[in-house]
This record gives sequence, C-alpha cells and structure tokens, in this order.
Amino acid sequence: MTTNVTSEVRASYAYKTATNRLGLWLFLLSDSFVFGGLLVSRFYLLGNTRPHLDQTLGLIVTAMLLVSSFFMNRAETAIAHGDEKTFLRGTLITLVLGVAFLLGVVGVEWRLAPFGPADDVVGAVFYMMTGMHAFHVLTGVIFLGIVYRNGRKGLYSAEKHWQVEAAAVYWHFVDVVWIFFYPALYLIGTVAG
Amino acid sequence: MSATKRVNIFSLSLVRGIVFQILGTLVGIGVVTLIRLLMGLPAWKAEPAGVFGAFLGVLFFLVGAGTIRDWYKMALGEPVSDHHAADPEQPGWAKYFNISYDHKVIGIQYGVTSVVVMLLAGSFALIFRAELARAGLQLIELDMFNTLVGLHGIVMIASILLGVGAMSNYLVPLLIGASDMAFPRLNAFAYWVNVPGALLVVSSLFLGGFDTGWTGYPPLSARAPLGMQMFFLGVYFIGLSSILGSLNLIVTVIRMRAPGMSYFRMPIFVWAAVATSIIGLTATQLIGLSFQMVMFQRLFGMGFFDPAKGGNVILFQHLFWFYSHPAVYVFILPGLGIISELLPVFVRKPLFGYKWIAMSSLGIALVGFFVWAHHMFTAGMEEYLRVPFMYSTLLVAVPTGVKFFSWVGTMWRGRMSFETPMLFTLGAVSIFLLGGLTGPPNATVATDLHLQDSYWIVGHFHATMFGGFVFPWFAAIYYWFPKFTGKMYNEKLGKLHFWLMFPAFYLMSLGQMRVGLLGMRRRIADYDPALGFDNTQTLVTIAGYVIAFSVLLFLFNLVRSIRSGEVAVANPWNSRSPEFQLPSPIPEHNYAEHPFVVVGEPYDYGLADAEYVRFGAASEPAAAD
Ligand SMILES: [Cu+2]
Repeated sequence: MTTNVTSEVRASYAYKTATNRLGLWLFLLSDSFVFGGLLVSRFYLLGNTRPHLDQTLGLIVTAMLLVSSFFMNRAETAIAHGDEKTFLRGTLITLVLGVAFLLGVVGVEWRLAPFGPADDVVGAVFYMMTGMHAFHVLTGVIFLGIVYRNGRKGLYSAEKHWQVEAAAVYWHFVDVVWIFFYPALYLIGTVAG
Repeated sequence: MSATKRVNIFSLSLVRGIVFQILGTLVGIGVVTLIRLLMGLPAWKAEPAGVFGAFLGVLFFLVGAGTIRDWYKMALGEPVSDHHAADPEQPGWAKYFNISYDHKVIGIQYGVTSVVVMLLAGSFALIFRAELARAGLQLIELDMFNTLVGLHGIVMIASILLGVGAMSNYLVPLLIGASDMAFPRLNAFAYWVNVPGALLVVSSLFLGGFDTGWTGYPPLSARAPLGMQMFFLGVYFIGLSSILGSLNLIVTVIRMRAPGMSYFRMPIFVWAAVATSIIGLTATQLIGLSFQMVMFQRLFGMGFFDPAKGGNVILFQHLFWFYSHPAVYVFILPGLGIISELLPVFVRKPLFGYKWIAMSSLGIALVGFFVWAHHMFTAGMEEYLRVPFMYSTLLVAVPTGVKFFSWVGTMWRGRMSFETPMLFTLGAVSIFLLGGLTGPPNATVATDLHLQDSYWIVGHFHATMFGGFVFPWFAAIYYWFPKFTGKMYNEKLGKLHFWLMFPAFYLMSLGQMRVGLLGMRRRIADYDPALGFDNTQTLVTIAGYVIAFSVLLFLFNLVRSIRSGEVAVANPWNSRSPEFQLPSPIPEHNYAEHPFVVVGEPYDYGLADAEYVRFGAASEPAAAD
C-alpha cells in the first residue's frame, strides 16, 4: 500500500493527514474499550434493572446531542467546500448544544436523581457512566472551542482543515457512545428500587 | 566532547519535570484542603488531598518537562519544526535528559529507565528473598514484606513495559527503513509520562505501602493504606504510555515502510511488535478502568466492589485480567520476536516458516483476548465459565508451538556460532520451553485447583518472563550494542554473564516450583519448617543473588565498553538487516543519506546472491504529526 511512496509525497499535507487520520481512528478504537468496559460493568452489576431517572430530561439531552452531530457534519462539509461562514455557524451551534448537554446531565440530571454516587451500586454505575461520558463531551467542547477560534482567524481552508475533521470525528464518536449509553441507562430493564 | 561544556541542571527536562511535580503535588493538596475548608468539612483528609495532589503532580511534570509545548503551539495554529537536532551548546549526554523527538534517543531513554527500574525491582526481591531463605521471621515486618512483594511485581512489570518500549522504539523505524516514528511528539510524551508514573508507584513505599500484591484486588485494596492509591494512579499513567506507544507503532508500521518493504518482507521482529501493540492499544484501557473504579470507590464511596452496596468483587477480576493476561503477551511477544530475528543470523540459514511465525504472533495476541478467566478458577466466579476458559487457554499452545517448531527448523543442521547474543537466544528458547510446559497444569481446571496461589505459579511465571523477556532482552542489548554506541562490548564478560545467569535461573525457577508443590504459598513471609523445604528455599535465595550479581556484571561490561571498548565495525554479525548496513553508531537521521529499496527476502542467509536491501536508489521518508 505505501511501499513505493516518494519522499515528496510523504512530506505532503495529504499524506500526513492520512497518517493522522489513522492515528485518530486507532485512538477511538482504544477509547471504545473504556466505554465497552463500562457497559459490561453496568450489565454485570445491575443486570435487568436500571436507575430511576427523569425520562423527559433524558430524551431532551439525547436529542440535543444527536442534533449537534448534524451541525458538526454540516460544519465540516462546509469547510471542505471553502464555505467559512456555514462552517463557523455549524461549529458554534455544535459547541452550544454540547455545553447544553453537559448542563443537562451534570447540572440537572445529577441533581434530580434520587440517589447519590455513594448510596448503592446503581448510583455508582450511573455516575461513573455519565461522568466518563461527560468528561469526553467536555474535552470535545474544548476541542471545538479551539477549532472555532482558529476558524475565526482563518487558519482553515478547503484543502487544509485536519483539525476540523478531527474534532468532527471525535464529536461523532462521543455521540455514538451516548447512543449505547442512553438505552443502557434509561430504557433497558425495570427500574431498580 | 570537551569537558568545558557545562549544563545548568535546571535546564534539563527531567529536573524541571520533577520540580514541577513536587510543586503540582503541593498545589493539589492545597486546593483540596481549601475546598474542604470552604465546605465546612474538617480541612485535612489525607486520601483526597494525596490523590488529587499526586494527579496534579503528574500533569505538572508533563507541562514542566515541556512535553506538550509543541501541541499547545499546534492548537493555536503556530508552526512547529518537524526536524530534531540536539542542542550543540550542551554535551552529548544531556539530550537523554531532555525532550527529544529522535526515536533513537527515546529508545535509549526507555532502555536506560527500564534497567534502572529493573535494579530497583530486583533489590526489592533480594530483600524479601533473604527473609524467605529460612523459616521464621528474621529481617522485615509482615507489612513491609507484603509491600515489597507487590512492588517487586509491579515495578518489574513497569521495567518490562519500558524494555518493550525501548525495543520497539529504537528498532522498528530502523528495521522498516523509516526516518522516525509516525508521531515523534506523541512518542516523547509516551516516554515521559512513565517517569512521574513510576515515581508515584515507588512513593507508595513511603505512604503506608500496600498489602495486596501487584494485582490490587478489592476488597483488600479498597481499604489498604494511601500507598494503594499511589500504586493505582502510577500504574494508570504507565498504562497510558503503553496505549499511546502502541498506537504510534501501528501507524508507523502501516505508513512509514521503505520502498519495496511489503508486509511479508519486514524483519520478523516488526510483526511481534505489531501484535504486541494491538494488545497494548486496546486491552490496557480495562486495567485502567478497573483501577479507576477502585480509586473512586475509595474516594467517593462508589460501591462497585462493595457487596454491602450491591457491588461485586469478581467484576474487578474480570476487568483486571482482561488486560493482565494479554499483558504477559505484551511482555513475551517482542522477546520471541528477538529470538526469531537473531537465530537465522547466528545459524546462517533462512528463518524457517516466516509467514507462520508472523501469523503465530498475531494468533497468540488474538487468542490471548479470550483466556483471562483462567486466573479465576478458584475465585468464586460463575462455574460454567471454567471449562471454556480452560480450552481457550490450552489453545494458546498451538501458535506458541508453531514458534518452537520454526526455531528448531531454523537451527536444524545450521552452522551455529556462539557469541553472547546467540547464547542468550538459545537460553531464552530453553527457558521459555520450561515456562511453556509448566503452563498447561495451571490452565487445566482440575490441577489448577491445587496449584492456584502456590509457589509453583511463581516458578512458572518467572520461567515465562525470563525465557520470553529477560534473556531475549539481554540478547538484543548485546546484539545491537554496536549500533547504539559504536563500540563493542567485552565478549568474555558477556559470556560470563550468561553462564552465571543461566544455571542460576534454572536453580531458582525449579526450586520455586518444588517448594510450591510441597505446599509453599505465594506472598507469605513465613513457612512451617516441618514442610521440609528450608534448604530448597535457601538455594532459591542464593540463585537469586547470583542472578543479581550477573546483572551487575552486565552493567559493568556496558559502562566499561562505552568508555573504552573496541570501536565497532558497521556489521559485526554479518546481518542482512538494513540497520547493520549503516555505520555504527547509527547516523542521526537514519537512512537520510543512505536510502534503500527492498529487493528480496529478509532471511535468505546462506543462499548465494540473495539480496535483501539495495542502497542508493530510494527516497527519504518523512515524519508526520
Ligand atoms: Cu493468564
């Protein structure tokens, strides 16, 4: 596959970006083992029961995260076509929705939940899973903040926007994780208690 | 090197990192205490303050040492340089104490750290082995004994991981004809994060120690002293290094090979390194997760492993062994790769069954993901899991057998010569056979119920580690020493090292197995003299000290050879591998001035006119980040 690549090609932005892309995907593969381990722990410890949570709130935060991924995709496609305005708007909306998700989970759901992390194993699992996911959302938000700042400075172009792509892929990954976590915490099984 | 070049020690990354780590620890302790004060709680509580301090200390180290400076610039869109050059104002040794993006410097950093850490872990063993030489308690307290046993285990593991890092970082880019690793900054970061991590692990000695052994099982680990948390946190960061290093290595092998170097023309060690990295990249996350869960149980009362809160301690063991079994393949696969790499050179014959060896490395790595519960046959886990895990474990013998078959096939009717690297290679084959054959009794449920947690396991495990890592590691150091330093080691001392270590190892390992079968438990400071194995225990202890002495000899040999050894020729072993076609020591930018293309098979030793690499026709591969 790369056995006859010249040094000019290797030094090119496109070749380096492809290398970076492989690195990012491997990182996500690695990270998915953390979330896999958390899902296994959830089913091992809680089995067919689930925590007592606010269903409406769960639906709202989930919807916000899914919609944010749509805008992130729009932002990335826009910069790939050189449309800076749509790119910046999409990034900003994603960022705002991400912060809203964080506030919804950590700010509201953690307060509303009728149990604390130290009460019993249901609480432990719930706070660990949402906490680990929220930590990833937070890093994604920071990443988006950097991308937005650099985007406003005009550092990205249709040809060179690896940071945007990386932020988008990471954001989608965090979103996909939630697609597994949401049913595992809110939908599957009967309410514990 | 002129003696007039002087270094301000505070300009060295290592020193700055440690100063920052101390600072960060104090800041962390202060922050937690302040928050508790503001919340109206009793201000001082050692556990949260200590853990947060330790955590912040590591982050401060990484910032202080300068590992993230370039990434910070990149995030702000500022340009960074892709090329590394040692500071000409500083003497040659200083680059090893500074951030360097050169994979050869990082490889040496890994290697030297590994040896230093190995000495530390070895001396822990010497202390508790002295205690075990006779029945009764003579030297140390029980708590100290437990902590030393646990530290010996985990610090040795850190040493081995660092050694594996040394081999893959130094060798793989050279073997595949790359100018460096794919991500040089990540490479430096992955090395440096080990330093504060290792400091934390060792600090547990002074913070009450920990009495769980290296496995850190709850419920004991949930109430051990503060040292336990330092152990968890330190290992967490060392694991992070493994993950990032593995990622870098896989990308390097896929993207940075020289022209003509197809996957099945790579030197065989590269296959071993890739198989290792697949494990390191993925499974490591689960030991991290399991340690994190115990830490949170202790800090926030989250009851994952607390039966009173509905938790389950067996879950910890599942998560822990999902990494820690494959981890032993991380330890041995590179070593087995070294054996396959060196044998053809000293036998002057082609490697027997190249593709089979390459695939057997991947096979061991993949089967390794499905065997973890063989550590839990007596743990009270679900009983229906026992037999499937017994069979999956026994399946590992198949790809491992392929390797032995190939080694014997390679040696068969070859023209062997017995320089030090070859002696260590042959020693490795013999010892790994002992380790391999003593494995199935532990994998078989019926026999394991008796052998579990006995000294037999200790003997078996040390045989796999010495055969799979220690002997190949020494073989590799002697073999590539001329490429590292441009000097030759002293052959006589090298051979003496081998002839001390090899028989001493057999005495130690077989002695451990014997006392185990006679009823000695592992991790216990004392035993009943009526069991009648006092003298075997004494012999095991003596053997341990002989091994330690032989390692000192090895160090003496290397240090003396670096200072006043014979100047090495480019290719002392008549190897076909590309790095031996370069001058000794290796030039700073590897193949930049000596590009090559691969035109034939790597191991066609002894075949007339068989060419592997042809120089002067290719172009220089560049790094990306
Ligand atoms: Cu195992």
